[in-house]
Amino acid sequence: MKILPSEITPYKNYINRRKFIKSSVAAGVFIGASTTLKASHLAEDNPFNNQLDENDKLNTFDDITTYNNFYEFGMGKTDPSENSSNFNPKPWSISLEGLINNPQVLDLEKILNKVTIEDRVYRLRCVEAWSMVIPWQGFPLSEIIKIADPLSSAKFIQLVTVFRPEEMPGQKRRLLPWPYVEGLRMDEAMHPLTILSTGLYGHDLLNQSGAPIRLVVPWKYGFKSIKSVTTIKFVDKQPDATWSMLAPSEYGFYSNVNNNVDHPRWSQSTERRIGEFKRRKTLMFNGYEEEVSYMYEGMDLKKYY
Amino acid sequence: MISTNTFRKIKPIIFLAIIAPSFLWTFQLINGSLGVNPIEKLMDNLGEMGLRLIIATLLISSLSEFKKLRFLIDIRRMIGLFAFFYVSCHFLTYIALDHFFDISFIIKDILKRPFITFGFLSFVLLIPLVITSPKKILKKLGYNVWKKIHYLIYPAALLSSVHFFMLVRANKIEPAIYIFIILVLLLYRFYYKVIVPRLAQ
Repeated sequence: MKILPSEITPYKNYINRRKFIKSSVAAGVFIGASTTLKASHLAEDNPFNNQLDENDKLNTFDDITTYNNFYEFGMGKTDPSENSSNFNPKPWSISLEGLINNPQVLDLEKILNKVTIEDRVYRLRCVEAWSMVIPWQGFPLSEIIKIADPLSSAKFIQLVTVFRPEEMPGQKRRLLPWPYVEGLRMDEAMHPLTILSTGLYGHDLLNQSGAPIRLVVPWKYGFKSIKSVTTIKFVDKQPDATWSMLAPSEYGFYSNVNNNVDHPRWSQSTERRIGEFKRRKTLMFNGYEEEVSYMYEGMDLKKYY
Repeated sequence: MISTNTFRKIKPIIFLAIIAPSFLWTFQLINGSLGVNPIEKLMDNLGEMGLRLIIATLLISSLSEFKKLRFLIDIRRMIGLFAFFYVSCHFLTYIALDHFFDISFIIKDILKRPFITFGFLSFVLLIPLVITSPKKILKKLGYNVWKKIHYLIYPAALLSSVHFFMLVRANKIEPAIYIFIILVLLLYRFYYKVIVPRLAQ
């Protein structure tokens, strides 16, 4: 998918995005630049964006869309941007299943009519010890959960990536057990920081970023933020998650960013922010400790990594 | 068949072909065209090149025992030294660019993470090979001693390919192929140097 440079909100404008987003002109730019984001758009700045520091500069659109882990399109970092042009994210629907009152298959268009798209500028920390700052557009996952109306027995959700080997060349090889699955505990899924994203930099998600809709959980390692979500299943037991099935000693179900719990391959105490030379210290819960730590009180995070 | 003399004429071309990537990557690093995470990319490129050259020296050792391929032995030392060059650059990139001389962290990293331990050991094992590479030293040591020292290339090759194998997150086919080649060459040599002479007796 080619996009014109003019379609992308200029990087400069994003640097001072907190001021920028408040102007009505800016809201116009966002909606105008995106085709499926017909949903209403929140004009005010979101309080969750304030966790960013002064030195958290946005990564460029190019950085964000050419350096991806999305094994469905190949294992190399540039494979997803190079091999995803045959993927067709439209039309799209999400199946809501399991322990809920309203099981249904929801068209993405319908979902977008019901929600308000917000801007969320989040740090993204990969388990491989690199990070980015990404201006997402999306809406809280809790909105979908409300539509599903879970039974009280639903304690976890499992999300599933679409399986289309004809369009996703990586799925033709057994790089991972397909389809990719991830999960969250219900309180994590309901947390206001947890969003389903449909765009970034005011543009619809490109295929390599998980078009048309993907999860973003900013206090967890990037692989939890499952892409191209097609199914959300409500379950009573902790569901399977691809990486923790594949290498349980390396990737836990929770996978919260934790600078005190090391990964066998990568020290998690520091990270390289893409675009910077020197490593920086990794923050507990990726800097969202104040917002999320209450959910893990009393839990041994060395055991539940 | 290529004669040793013709092959000597080709040698400078091989020299340039092997050294060229290091210039290219340095240029790309400065130029900003080494991708979004240039330090990681540089480190991966250098390490992979080092490992491939190590395996090339092993292949040369075995292949040059065939009469028709004897000429290959002429470039083994050059390739071996280049292997060390790339492995050293790989290690230096890790120290200088990846961790910016945070020596206490680096020591902990080497001790704590098996894949880094293996990579580091492999680098250390290559050092005596480099020191004893000049012809003068070979003569001083005598061929038999020299040869024993240079068998260190096998553990070094195994350690660095396992280092690569452990580093890769999924689809470990490429490092597995390297390990397989090394083991086959090792078995081949073991068979001809140990088993065959014993059977002959």
